[in-house]
Amino acid sequence: MLLEISGLSSHYGRIQAVRGIDVTVGEGELVALVGANGAGKTTMLRCISGVQPLTGGTIRFDGRDITRMPADQRVALGIAQVPEGRQVFGPMSVEDNLRLGAYRRKGDDVEADIKRMYDMFPILFKKRELPAGTLSGGQQQMLAIARALMSHPRLLLLDEPSMGLAPLLVAEIFNVVQALKRQGTTIFLVEQNAYAALAIADRGYVLETGAVVMSDVGQTLLADERVKEAYLGL
Amino acid sequence: MFAELLQYLFAGLTSGAIYALAGLGFAIIYNSSHVINFAQGEFIMIGGMSTAMMVAAGVPLPVASLLAVLVTMLVGVALEKFAIEPARNADVTTIIIITIGASIFLRGLAQIVWDKEFHSLPAFSGETPLNVGGATLMPQSIWVVGVAVVVIVALWWFFNRTLFGKAMLATSFNRLAAQLMGIGVKKVLMVSFALSALLGAVGGIVVTPITFTNYEAGIMLGLKGFSAAVLGGLGNGMGAIVGGLAVGIAEALASGYLSSAYKDAVAFVIILFVLFFLPNGLFGKKGTDRV
Ligand SMILES: Nc1ncnc2c1ncn2[C@@H]1O[C@H](COP(=O)(O)OP(=O)(O)OP(=O)(O)O)[C@@H](O)[C@H]1O
Ligand SMILES: [Mg+2]
Repeated sequence: MLLEISGLSSHYGRIQAVRGIDVTVGEGELVALVGANGAGKTTMLRCISGVQPLTGGTIRFDGRDITRMPADQRVALGIAQVPEGRQVFGPMSVEDNLRLGAYRRKGDDVEADIKRMYDMFPILFKKRELPAGTLSGGQQQMLAIARALMSHPRLLLLDEPSMGLAPLLVAEIFNVVQALKRQGTTIFLVEQNAYAALAIADRGYVLETGAVVMSDVGQTLLADERVKEAYLGL
Repeated sequence: MFAELLQYLFAGLTSGAIYALAGLGFAIIYNSSHVINFAQGEFIMIGGMSTAMMVAAGVPLPVASLLAVLVTMLVGVALEKFAIEPARNADVTTIIIITIGASIFLRGLAQIVWDKEFHSLPAFSGETPLNVGGATLMPQSIWVVGVAVVVIVALWWFFNRTLFGKAMLATSFNRLAAQLMGIGVKKVLMVSFALSALLGAVGGIVVTPITFTNYEAGIMLGLKGFSAAVLGGLGNGMGAIVGGLAVGIAEALASGYLSSAYKDAVAFVIILFVLFFLPNGLFGKKGTDRV
């Protein structure tokens, strides 16, 4: 397994946001984590990236225990995150945002990669000189994804990439996620949009108030009566 | 009439350049940590004092200046490492109080390591005044403004043209995202203290032939740098520069046309004015601009 999380717990002060979660993501897999508002999805991703302290459990990446590793070193190992709310560097140009995505990478092919990102997201090329903050929500989401890809991640963490986007853009974002999977990127996708996420995922986990209550193959979860009722509004 | 005004402007630009450098020092640390470093003035003092003491001991000026800048940067890094970093989980107000404590400590240390006397440096290229439009311009003033310009251009280059400089900017815009890019925010904090110390030291060195220096010289200069920074909008580099020049010129005009007794009051009046009427400064962002 590329990512092995066992017994993960995390608190905000006295509030326990995540309670003893076990999750694995295999090389090349697309794994979805779905759950309602406040279930603890973001907290989990923050723990994996090392920007949120754990109060229990371990995280292993590629066989290596990274539970106490500082955030910047995890990026160097190959863990990239597209955070909730995109978090682009608003006053900086689109191109600088991309360049910063490659901050931990050595090598001189950064410019070639930037070009690759422009091929993948032509709108970013058109807006490359503009401050990222002037982009629309959907464009910022593309930028956030491209910025994360600039680090050549072995594991891509996506936190609600479809949040706040118009339906057409949501479809576009999910197409991008699928395309990345086809190219072999390992993806851990967090979504409130359970239907879309489970539909493209190999496997899925359902999170409720900080604990995993179900985990199965994506399609199986989609067909599950309880999941349908609780998350798909069917 | 005009010559008189020009004379005051020269004086204002000279001190304004120092305030601008100090203001930039405040801005850089504020951006990386939201801390207002009240030991910024002590960087100015340490730069000037250590150069003066080394020159007095026979070290050539260029060597002494370089060493003084390095010493001050070391002090800046040590301040971050031993006073700010251990308190990184404390709230910002606590850390600001720590910097005030550090400034008192550094002044005490300067008294012990050196003394309480005033010290000076010879002007870098003589004392023969130039006559410009009827006003006299001291060559050292040209040094002050020239060095400030060079430092500011270098700083601009660093923040806009180097990856690490951009990473520092990115950290100030969005700390979480910076961490997720693999930017080491601890290193950013340390470099910001080193840079601010450098700015202070350089200002302290070039101004010492004009104003002299002693262990307390940093108090007023720091305060004026702070008023430059708040006038420009805390954390705004361009603002700190404009703010510094504005404070310097306002001060020179006030002491020229009113009374030199008002000179130091100008900076306080500006701070109060900004706090009451312009809480974001001239160039500061208004409120929250996050989407
Ligand atoms: N900074 C914080 N301080 C205190 N409590 C927090 C903080 N962030 C999250 N929480 C709490 O932790 C729990 C989990 O939050 P988290 O953001 O991980 O949920 P989520 O599943 O990502 O929700 P959403 O779908 O709304 O993004 C919630 O109860 C939330 O109120
Ligand atoms: Mg969330």
